[in-house]
Formats: sequence, structure tokens, C-alpha cells
Amino acid sequence: MISTESAITVENLYKTFKLPHEQSSGIKQAIVNIVRRKKGYEVQKVLKNVSFDIKKGEFFGIVGRNGSGKSTLLKILAGIYVPDSGSVVIDGSLTPFIELGVGFNMELTGRENVFLNGALLGFSKKEMTSMYQDIVDFAELERFMDQRLKNYSSGMQVRLAFSIAIRAKSDILIMDEVLAVGDASFQKKCLDVFRELKEEGKTIILVTHDMGSVERFCDRVLLVDKGGTEGIYTPQEASGIYARLNIEDEEKASAGAPKKAKKINRWGAGGITVKKISFYNDTKKTKIYNFGDTLSIEIEVSRDASHKDTEIVCGLAVFDENGANIIGPNSQHYKIKTGANVIKVDIPKMVFAPGEYKLTTVIFDENMTEPFDYLDRTEKFNIISDHTVHGMLEIDSNWSSR
Amino acid sequence: MKLSNIFSKRNLVLLRELVITDFKLRYQGSVLGYAWSLLKPLFLFAIMYIVFGLLIKLGSIEHYPVYLLLGIVLWTFFSEATNQGMASIVTNSDLLRKISFPKYIIVLATTISALINLTLNLVIVAILMVVNGVDIQSTIVFFPLYILEIYVFALGLALFLSALNVKYRDTGHIWEIIMQAAFYATPIIYPLSLVIEKSTLAAQVLLMNPVAQAIQDARYSLVTHQSETIGSVFGNDIFVLIPLAIVALVFIGGALYFKKNSKYFAEKV
Repeated sequence: MISTESAITVENLYKTFKLPHEQSSGIKQAIVNIVRRKKGYEVQKVLKNVSFDIKKGEFFGIVGRNGSGKSTLLKILAGIYVPDSGSVVIDGSLTPFIELGVGFNMELTGRENVFLNGALLGFSKKEMTSMYQDIVDFAELERFMDQRLKNYSSGMQVRLAFSIAIRAKSDILIMDEVLAVGDASFQKKCLDVFRELKEEGKTIILVTHDMGSVERFCDRVLLVDKGGTEGIYTPQEASGIYARLNIEDEEKASAGAPKKAKKINRWGAGGITVKKISFYNDTKKTKIYNFGDTLSIEIEVSRDASHKDTEIVCGLAVFDENGANIIGPNSQHYKIKTGANVIKVDIPKMVFAPGEYKLTTVIFDENMTEPFDYLDRTEKFNIISDHTVHGMLEIDSNWSSR
Repeated sequence: MKLSNIFSKRNLVLLRELVITDFKLRYQGSVLGYAWSLLKPLFLFAIMYIVFGLLIKLGSIEHYPVYLLLGIVLWTFFSEATNQGMASIVTNSDLLRKISFPKYIIVLATTISALINLTLNLVIVAILMVVNGVDIQSTIVFFPLYILEIYVFALGLALFLSALNVKYRDTGHIWEIIMQAAFYATPIIYPLSLVIEKSTLAAQVLLMNPVAQAIQDARYSLVTHQSETIGSVFGNDIFVLIPLAIVALVFIGGALYFKKNSKYFAEKV
């Protein structure tokens, strides 16, 4: 149950960092800087006027791109960093779980680490003794507790760390990127615990890149970003905005960076080649589609003199992020006009689940036996959605009952 | 931070765990383990005793071996507490970056760990006292006070140095040099009487150092009344207030400097 009382209230938070220009944590550099009247550092504003509150019993998500300041925000919530100005009021005990294995010592045994960790989280020896078995059981590490941590696999360490954090009886839990680790069965177990904790009415703050878990668990989401989209959203809204931000990022990066050496993903007999592939929705040129939009692709070809009137068939294939071939339409049944140089295809309703898709474009001869030009997954487009799509695509379904 | 919070239950639990951890890790992986705590000062003592007691014959003082060992043990404690205390914040940076807890507990834990080591070493001193036939005098009751004095002084320095070390990593090297010089400026291997023969003023200056004063007084209280103390050199016990004032100033200054800077350890370390 989400209460009306606040568990965490954050008001007008500001935080700047002084980033040293070079390794200036030495006296020599300090003196040099004074002499040259140089500051020796650069001021970076990480958080600018951040305000929000988290209700008791709420499952609160924090998402943002790398470098957006979400880790800084988290560290301020956990009391590790001090804000420049603004206030953080926390009602209840708080267990931060920032990065994995808080204060784990490789030279100590698993058991010793549990108690050291407990002490760091503010539990007495007695409290820890009573929680100990539960922690070990959850981590499934009974046999290993008297071994030194350095002999644990990284997965085992994570399990132990996560078990301590989750079994610690505190009111507010902060979880940073926990879902990125562990094998499938442990991940499932974590998700079950999340559900359980949610039912118990604990306040949980989840910081992650995984929009799936955000949509599944979070009641509200804080999007941290410098581009003016920061704010509180529903998980679905946040997921859409986040996807858009990531795509924009990628486009910027690929526009700025020099082209990477082309992989061999294009072949064919030649003679007729694809000159340009353009993407449109109903109204404009775009590579980002909302669920339900029309996907229009325009393919421009150039023909050598000898192929001026050669009949061609155009084939397309769309692959999802896992490489699965979702659709593979071709123009065999629509005869492309003899000598045409621009071919356009409209797919009226995009019913694919949100995500990134790759497009393969092929120009065949009329019997589809030999490709003139084969562009293997050279183009990308994205689909975003303001609602959750279960499975790879969503088709209309008519339900009835008697 | 309220004074009552410094020793809250939560902080005491943490302090205890950290001291235990520090102690467990100290000789982790070595065959002799804790025995090194005892062996190191013993070997240092053996070397010093052979060189300065037998070859150069500085030991005109009665019970010189015990006198020497006690000096070495106390100096080792001071050196360990300041050196490890100084490094403690940087060493534990991993912890500071991930969880919020009072930072001074780290420094406190390392210095307390040094204190435990000292206690073990004092057992060796006690054994040597019996072997050497030292009579226990009533002045022994003051002995713990001198240890307390060295401890408070070392803690104050450790707080200051550990915070400074976060800003300037040169601190460790500078402190190493200072400690080298201080070792010879403190009457540990040579009896203070040798200095007094040359210049009383020099002896007086040396005794302004709280460690020197405390070691001389500790020797007086435990080993031999031949040990020159600040009282005997100045002719008045009241002068002990000068090194005590230095201890108080260093401790308060160190604690304040640490408090001022500790908020930013997590981001700067």
C-alpha cells in the first residue's frame, strides 16, 4: 500500500563537482596552480534544482543515461555525498545498495563479511545473528560461508551482497543496477523478492537501465537528464522518453564519429544497386516510430546502362534485437514497373514490440534467384510505445465468452 | 555531530567490527601470524641492543635493556598509530564511496588496533622486566596515563594526517621523513643524560615533544628512577603542562580539521 506520508523528500537539490584537470592531488601541482592563478579544476554541474518525494511503500524508479547524474543523486540520498544546497529528508532506516558488495573484504570469509557488512549497515551483532541464516539461505551459499571471499565467483559475491541488502530489515532500500547481474534463476528470485517487498509495503528505489523491470515494478519513475526532459513520469511514459533519448544519443554519436570500417554486409551481382534508403512515418521522415504508426520505406536504385529495363523484385527482412527475423515481405506479387528507380513500401500498422530493429534490403532478378544487391541488416529503426507490449508483436485479438 | 553520538551503540558495533577486521587482516597469509606483532619489536630491540648497548655502550643506565625495549615499544606504537591512521581513509576509500557512516570510526579503529598491538608488546616488556630483575615501584600507577597521552597525541595527528592525505598524497612521504628525524630527536636509544651533559637547553627542547616526555616519564614510572624526566630536567614538574598542552592542541586541531573535511572524503578520495 502506498501511503500518503513521504519516505524521502528531496527539495531543490544542487550538486557540482570540481573535476581536477590532471592528477593534482599533490603539493607540487597545488603550488603551481597558485602561482599561475589557475583553478586547476573544472566545475561540473551535475544536479540542478532536483525536487521530488517518494511515498512510503512506493516502488520508485530512477532512470537516466550514463552521466546524467543518477548515481550522484543516489549517493546523496544514501548520505555519501553532501549536496551543495537543498535538502533531503528521510523518514525511516535506509539500506543503500550501491554497486555490489558494499565493504566486502576479499580476505575475510563469507561469514565474517556478513557481520562486517551488517555493522556497516547499522545492525547490532544480535540482529545480524538472527538474520544470518536467512541471508545464507537466500544466497544459497551455505557450504561456502567459511571460505574466503576471494575464492568466491563474482556471481556468488553478488548473491551474498544482494541477500544481505534484501534481508536487512530496513524501511527503505536503494538498489542500483542489481538486475544486471546474476544468472537467470537468481534474477527470477530477485524479482520475486521485489514483489514480496512491495507487498510488505517497503519503500524501494530502483536505479536501472532495464525498462522491462521498471515497467513491471515501479509505481512512478524519476527521469534524470540534462536535456530538459527530467521529471516524474509513469513507467510507460518514462520508458518511451528514455528510448527516444538513447536513440538520439546514438544518432549523435554516429554522426560525429568517423565511419567504422564497413563489415562485409553487402554483396550481389551488381548492375543494379541500392543508392538510398529513406524512412518515413505518416507525416515525416523519421526512424523512430510510435507503436501503430505506418512504416514507409523508400528505396532508390541506380541501374547500369545494360540493366535499364531489367525486371526486379525487392525483398525486405526485419530483424529484432535478438536477431530473430520478424517479417520478410517482398514485391513478387506487386510487379515493380519496368525501369522504375524508386520503390516505396508502406507497412500500415507497426505492431512490433518497442525496441530497435534492423532492416535487410535486397534487389533480386524477377525470379528471385540471384540478388543484384544484398544489404544485410544495414539500416536501423526504432519503435517506441507508451504501453507495454508482451511478446514480439501485438496483433488484434477479438475475445468473447459464453 | 553531537558528542553523545560519537559513542552511540551503532557506532560502537561498527568500531568493534572494524578493529576485529583490521586485526584479522594484519598478518593474513603469514605463517607466524600474530606472532609478528611481538617478533618485530623484539628483533628491533635485539639490533638496537647489540649496536647501542653492547658495541657503542650507551647503556650506562640501570636495566638498560628494559629501558631500551620500553622506549622502542612505545615509539613503535606511536609510529604505527600515526602511519596507519594516516593511510586509513585512503585505504578504505572503497567503503567510503558506497556507504554512509561516521568517517572518524575508521581512524579510531586503526589506532585502537595499534593500541592492542601495544598491549601485546607490553607483555614482552613485562617478561623482560622479570628476567632483568626490575623492582616494581609505586609509580607504576601513572604508567597508563603516559600511554593515554601518546594515544591521544597519535589520534589527533592521525585525524589531521588522514584528512590531509586525501587532499595531498605527498603527506605519507613527508610524514615518513618527519618520523625518521623524530626517532633520533627522541631519546629512545640514547639516555637523555647524554644530552644533558652537552646542553641542558637541548634536553629541555627535546622534552617539549610529547612522545619524548611521555616515554621518559613512562620509563621513570616503570623501569628506573634514573630516567630523566621533564620534571627533573626543568627542576619542576609543572613544566609537564607544556607537552600536555601540545597534545590537547594537536588533538582538538586534528579533530576539527578532520570534521571539516570528512564530508567530502567520498567524492575526493
